[in-house]
Amino acid sequence: MERDVKKEQEYKNIAQKYEPKPALLKNIVMAFVVGGLISDIGQFFLNFYLSRGYSMQDANTLVSITMVFLGAFLTGIGVYDDIGKFAGAGSIVPITGFANSIVSPAMEFKREGFVFGAAAKMFTIAGPVIVYGVSTSIIIGLIYYFLK
Amino acid sequence: MDYIKAFLMGGLICAIAQILIDKTKLTPARILVTYVTLGAILGGLGVYKKLIDIGGAGATIPLLGFGNSLAQGVIKAVEKDGLIGVFTGGLTATAGGISAAVFFGYIFSLIFNPRTKK
Repeated sequence: MERDVKKEQEYKNIAQKYEPKPALLKNIVMAFVVGGLISDIGQFFLNFYLSRGYSMQDANTLVSITMVFLGAFLTGIGVYDDIGKFAGAGSIVPITGFANSIVSPAMEFKREGFVFGAAAKMFTIAGPVIVYGVSTSIIIGLIYYFLK
Repeated sequence: MDYIKAFLMGGLICAIAQILIDKTKLTPARILVTYVTLGAILGGLGVYKKLIDIGGAGATIPLLGFGNSLAQGVIKAVEKDGLIGVFTGGLTATAGGISAAVFFGYIFSLIFNPRTKK
């Protein structure tokens, strides 16, 4: 059978029109905006603690604690997951997302018990983060110690 | 002005993570592990401090900042205590955040229940 080039092209054009558009740009913009806003909330608390006379290091620690509290609370009441639906990485990468990754599975597996359910599942994602973070820092410390 | 800088820095770091999620096979969990590791390396090299000078909380709030704190903590502890510092510095510097995550994480997962899926 002879190929009808014109028809083929026509088909391609129609098919292309109905292909789902990659939502990449929208995803990036949403991640940027939400990540930026969460950072601004952190900046607000940082300025607040600095104005109360805390050192930069202490203020940063207090900001981490505050943001972890907020992330865990918002996950508990279900709001953080609503944000995550459109924010993607914007809600995952900030430290509030770290808290979210702890509370989410812990709530989910609570019915399987408070030790191997909630307490163990808390670290499904946080565990690997701590393992890789601490291990990397120890390697850096060793290099620093021997090169110093 | 610091709010604009924090917004741009935090937004940029999250946007890069979003590109990695959409364009590669990295899952969100792997992004977090990658970011904390990368943050520690950049912190060890002394590069991340510059990003914090520019972006403030925009650089410390993302998990990269957590990695940076681990590395900076280790370096400070090695300078002060020598070899022991290699093992004590990282968690000492991040103890507040980790303890808060463990405690609040556990408490809120006890208090609240997951919403039933519709």
